Amino acid sequence: MSDREKTQRPRPQMNDQADDKATTVQRSDPPMVPGRGPGGGMAARFEKRRAKDVRGTTSRLATYLGRYWRGLVGTVLMVTLTSVFNVLTPYLLGLAIDDYMVAGQMSGLARMALLMLGAYTGMAITTWLQTFIMVGVSQNSLRDLRNDLFAKLQTLSLRYFDQHTHGELMSRLTNDIENISNILTSTVTQLISSILTIVGVAIMMFVINWRLALVSILVAPATVLVTQAIAKHTRENFRGQQRALGELNSVIEETITGERVVKAYVREEGTIESFEEKNGEYVYYAVRAQILSGFMGPISNMLNNASFAVVAGLGGWFAVKGLATVGTIASFVNYSRQFTRPINEIAQLYNSIQSALAGAERVFEVMDEIPEITDAADAHSLEGVAGRVVFDDVCFSYEPTTPVLKHVSLVAEPGQTIALVGPTGAGKTTVINLMMRFYDVDSGSIRIDGRDIRDLKMDELRRHLGIVLQDNFLFGDSVLANIRYGRMEATDEEVYEAARLANADTFIHRLPYGYNTVLTERGSNLSQGQRQLLAIARTILANPDILILDEATSNVDTRTERHLQDALLRLMAGRTSFVIAHRLSTIREADKVLVINYGEVIEEGTHESLLAAGGFYHDLYYSQFRGKSAVLAQAGH
Amino acid sequence: MQSLKELIRFMRPYRKWAILAPLFMVLEVAMDLLQPALVERIVDEGIANLDLQLVVNTGWLMMGVALIGVIGGMGCTFFAVKAAEAFGADLRGTLFRKVQSLSFSNLDKLHTGELVTRLTNDVVQIKEVARMIMQMMVRAPFTMIGSFAMAIVTSPKLSWILLVLMPIELVFVIFVVRKSFPLFSIVQKNLDKLNTVLQENLMGVRVVKAFVQMRHERNRFETTNESLKDITVKASRIAAVAMPLMGMAVNLGIVAVVWFGGIDVQQGDMQVGQIIAFVNYLTRAMMSLVMVAMLVMRLARAQASAIRVSEVLDSEPDIVNSPDALTDFSPTGHVVFDNVSFSYDGDQGDPVLKGVSFDVEPGQTVAILGTTGAGKSSLVHLIPRFYDVTGGCVTIDGVDVRDVNTDVLRRKVSVALQEPILFTGTIRDNIRYGRPEASQEEVEHAARMAQAHDFIISFPEGYDTEVGQRGVNLSGGQKQRLSIARALLTKPAVLVLDDSTSSVDVETEGRIQEALASFMKEMTSFVIAQRISTVLNADKILVLDDGMVAAEGTHDELLDSSPIYREIFESQLSNGAMANV
Repeated sequence: MSDREKTQRPRPQMNDQADDKATTVQRSDPPMVPGRGPGGGMAARFEKRRAKDVRGTTSRLATYLGRYWRGLVGTVLMVTLTSVFNVLTPYLLGLAIDDYMVAGQMSGLARMALLMLGAYTGMAITTWLQTFIMVGVSQNSLRDLRNDLFAKLQTLSLRYFDQHTHGELMSRLTNDIENISNILTSTVTQLISSILTIVGVAIMMFVINWRLALVSILVAPATVLVTQAIAKHTRENFRGQQRALGELNSVIEETITGERVVKAYVREEGTIESFEEKNGEYVYYAVRAQILSGFMGPISNMLNNASFAVVAGLGGWFAVKGLATVGTIASFVNYSRQFTRPINEIAQLYNSIQSALAGAERVFEVMDEIPEITDAADAHSLEGVAGRVVFDDVCFSYEPTTPVLKHVSLVAEPGQTIALVGPTGAGKTTVINLMMRFYDVDSGSIRIDGRDIRDLKMDELRRHLGIVLQDNFLFGDSVLANIRYGRMEATDEEVYEAARLANADTFIHRLPYGYNTVLTERGSNLSQGQRQLLAIARTILANPDILILDEATSNVDTRTERHLQDALLRLMAGRTSFVIAHRLSTIREADKVLVINYGEVIEEGTHESLLAAGGFYHDLYYSQFRGKSAVLAQAGH
Repeated sequence: MQSLKELIRFMRPYRKWAILAPLFMVLEVAMDLLQPALVERIVDEGIANLDLQLVVNTGWLMMGVALIGVIGGMGCTFFAVKAAEAFGADLRGTLFRKVQSLSFSNLDKLHTGELVTRLTNDVVQIKEVARMIMQMMVRAPFTMIGSFAMAIVTSPKLSWILLVLMPIELVFVIFVVRKSFPLFSIVQKNLDKLNTVLQENLMGVRVVKAFVQMRHERNRFETTNESLKDITVKASRIAAVAMPLMGMAVNLGIVAVVWFGGIDVQQGDMQVGQIIAFVNYLTRAMMSLVMVAMLVMRLARAQASAIRVSEVLDSEPDIVNSPDALTDFSPTGHVVFDNVSFSYDGDQGDPVLKGVSFDVEPGQTVAILGTTGAGKSSLVHLIPRFYDVTGGCVTIDGVDVRDVNTDVLRRKVSVALQEPILFTGTIRDNIRYGRPEASQEEVEHAARMAQAHDFIISFPEGYDTEVGQRGVNLSGGQKQRLSIARALLTKPAVLVLDDSTSSVDVETEGRIQEALASFMKEMTSFVIAQRISTVLNADKILVLDDGMVAAEGTHDELLDSSPIYREIFESQLSNGAMANV
C-alpha cells in the first residue's frame, strides 16, 4: 500500500456517513408506542449480535453502576414499594366490594376509599421517584463510560485508526452506548418490578382464593407458551426480511452513490430492474414476517380475554357454590391481567438485554485495546532542541508482508532543509509518520539530538515537531480557535501575528466575521489554499524546533501557491525542516536532497551534485524530456 | 400534515385492503367491549341469583366472544400489513425511478447521503405510520368512544366521573408533551454536538496527536458529555411524570366509582357487577386516550419523513429530452465548444466556465490542464450533457448536444469519472457495465489496454471475482483501471478520461498511454491530467485558468507562448520528472 493511500485512509467514506445518518435517525426515535405497536422493533432485534462473555461483561457494566450505589438502593426501594402498591390495590378493591359495598357499611367504605386513594397516590409517587432516581444513576454511569471510552481512544495509536473504519468506531460510541443506555435506564427497573409483581400477585391470589389462583396461574404460562411459539415461527421470516432489507438498502445506497456512473453509461433501466427485484423480494418476506408477528397482538389479547372468561366463569361458579365472593372476582379480573403482562415483558427484556450486552462487549473491547505506542517508564523530557535528526538503519512496514522502508539512514544537521524526493508510494510520508512517532520503527532507530525518540516523552517530542500536511484537518470552530490549536495558551495578539506571518491575515479579514468566522465541517467554506494558510499559521503559532512539510503546496492554484511559498520560507528559516518536495525551487534550495525509491534512500546530495553525478535523480530529471533538451534548458531558466 | 396527506395517493391501488383492515379492527374492539358487560351479567344475574347455568353459559359466551375478537384482530393485521407493505414498496419504487430520472444538478442539490436516508429510513417510517393509522388510529378512538358509551349504558349515573376525568387526563398528556418535547430536541442537539466532537477526533486524529491536544480534546468531550447528561436527566425526569400522572387520573376514577357507586349500591340503585364493569370501561377509555395522544405525536414525526420524501417526488429533472430529440446519431467526433459559459447554480451563480471556445477534429486527443477549480471537469461534463450550458453551445458533428436524445448521446460519449465507482458484481460485469452484451474477448481486450488484465487474472476467480461492498478490496489504482476499461469497452465516438489515472502508479500509467495510443486514433479523446507527462503527446493542450481558456496549442508551442503553462510545467517538474521510473 502506498503512503498516499495510507494517509487517505482515515477520511470518511460515503458508506460511513450514510450509516451515521441512519443511526442518528434511529436514535432520535422516542420510545415505541406501548402495547401493540407494529413489529418494527422486533425486526431490529434479530440482527443483533449476542454477547460472548455474559458474566464478565455484566459485572464490568455493574462496576459503572456501582459508583452510584446510593441511587441504586433508592431505586430498588422505590420499585419494591411500587410493586407492593400495585399488588395491593386490586385486593383493596375486592375488599371494598365484599366487606363494605355489599354489606352496606358506608363509613367503612369511606375508609376503604381513602385507603385506596392513599395507595394509588403512593404508587404514583414511587413510580415517578423510581425513574427520577434511576435516570440520574444511569446517565451518570453512561457519562463515565463515554468519558472512559473517549479517553481510551485518545491513547490509541494511528495504526488502530487505520485498521478500524470511522463508521465502526462511531457505531461503538453511539449505537452501542445507546443500547447500554436503554437497559440501564429502563430494563433494570422493569426487570425487578416484573419479578416482584409476578411473585406478589401470585401470593395475593393464593391468599384470597387458592382455587381461583391455581386456575389463573395455570392459564398464564399457556399465554406465554403460545406467544413464544409464534415468535419462533416468525423468527425465520424476520431473518428473511432483515436479509432482504439489507440487500434492498445496499442496492439503493450503491445505486445512489454511483448514480453519476449509472447515468454516464445509460444504465437507468437495468438499475430499476434489479431494484424492483429486491424490492419485491423484501415485500414477500416483510408481509409474511409482519403478518405473523402482527398476529401476536390479537392472539395475546384473545388469551387475555379467555383468561378473563375463565376467571369470571369459574369464579362465578365458585361464587354460586359459595367458594368465592363477588369481590374476589373483581380482584382476580385485575390480577389475571397483572400476572400475564410481566411474564411477557420478561421474555422481551431478554432480547434487549442480550443486544445491550453485545454492545457493551464491543465498547469494552476498545477499552481493552493496548496502545501500541506508549511512553517508556523512564521516558526523558526534551528541552532545548538543537534539531539534529538521525535515521539509523530504519525498517518499517504497515503490514508485516510488505516492507515500506528498508534500511533507511539519514542525517539532518540543525537548521538544514532536507528535501525528500521520489515517486508516489516510495515511502516519503512514512518517513514523516515515523518521525512524529505515529508509528514505531520495526528495527533501527530515529534519534533527535542523539536521543532515541522512543526514550522521549511522546507529548514533548511532538511539541517540538511541527507538521503541515497535504490535506490539513480543520475543526468546525472559529478561525481564531483553529489557529490557536497550535498553542492553546496563545493570546489573541499572538494568533493574529501568526496569521500575518502565514499570509493568512488578508483573506481572514475578508471573511464575513473575520477571525470569528466559524468554519463549516472540515473547513469546506474555505478554499484548499486558504485551509493550507490556516494550517501554516497554526504551525507557526506552535513554534516548533523541527518542521515537517508534506507536499504542503500541492493542489493549490498558482497564485495562492506564491503566498504559501513565502509563508513557508519564513517558517523554515533557522529550523531543521523536512520537505516532501514538490516544487523544483524547493528542491534546489534544499541543503540536501534525498531520493527515495521503493522504500530505500538511493541517492543523497544537493540538486546540482545529484544532477552532476548522473545517477537515478539525473535520469529521472532528464528521462521524460528525451530529445527536448532545448525546451528543458528554457524551463530551467 | 399536508405532506403525509399527499402520499395517500400511493394507497389508492390498495384501498380495498385499507378499508377492510379498520373494519376487522372494529370487530375486535366490539368484542373486547362486550367482555366487561358479560362479567357484569355473571355477577349481577348469575351469582346474585345463584343461577349456575347462567354463569357457565356466560363463561362460554365470553370464550366465544374472545374467539370472534381474535378473528377481527388477525384480519385487521393481515390486511393492514398487506396494504402498508404494498404501499411502502410502491412509494420506494416511485422514489427510486424518480432518482433515476434526475439530472446531475438535481443530485448535487439532494446530497447522496441524504437521498439514501430518504429512500430507506424515511420510507420505512411512513410505511409504519400507514399501518398504524389502519390499526391503531381506528382501535384507540373506537375503544375510547365505545368504552365511554358502554360506561354510560352500564351506569348513566356514574358517567359524570368519566366526563370530569377525561379532560383532566387530556390536560395531563398535553402538559407533559409540551414540557418534555422541547427538552428532548435539546437532548438531540447535544447528542449531535457530542457526535461532532467524536467525528472530528476520528478524522483529525493526526492533527490532534501532532499538536499534542489530547487533553484539550478530552476536556472538550467531557464538557459536551456533561451537558448531554444534564439535559437528558432533566428531560427524562419531566417525562417520567407522564405515566404516574395518567395512571393517577385513572385510579382517581376507580376510587370515585367505589365511593359513589358504593352509595348507589347501598341505596339499591346499582349492583356490584355494574361497578366491576364500570371500572373496567373507565380504565379502557382513559388508556385509549393516552394512546391517541401518543399516536398524534408519532404522526408528527412521520410528517418530517413525509416532507423529505415529497421533496424528492416533487423535484423536476433539470435535463429532459425535447420531444423531437435525435435518436439516430452516429457522429464522427467533431466536438466544438462555441463561447460556452456554465455555472452550477444557473444564470445567477458564480460562472465556472466563461466564454470557452475550441474546436476538436475527429480522432484528435485533447489534453486539459489547469489548477483545481479551474473548470476542467465541468468542461468535459458538458459534452455528454451531464449539465446544460448556461450560455453558448456544445456541438458534436454540428449538432447541438441538447438536440440529441440523452441516452443516445451518452452511448456515444464515454466518461471515465474521477472517482472510480464500481458496483456489486463480478469484475466482468463491471467492465461491461456500459455494454452488457460485450463478449469475453472484447472485455479482455479493454482490460489489457487499461493494464487491468494482469491483476484481474492474478485473482483466483479472474474475471468472475466479486467486487463492490462484499467483494475483494481493490486499491484506488486498480479501481481506476477497471473504470478506464469500462469506458474503453463502449467504443465511443468521444472518450473522456477525467483524471482517471491519478492513483495509478506512474509506470503503469505510461503503459496505459502506450496501449491506448493507437486505440485513441479512432475516436476523439479528452484527457484531464494533473501530471504534465500524461499530456505531452496530445494533439492539442487546453490550459484552463479560472474558467477560461488561457492557452491552446501543442506542448512545444505552449512552452514558448504561455507563461501559465510554463509555470505549471515547472512546478510539476519534480513530480513529473519521476514519471517514467
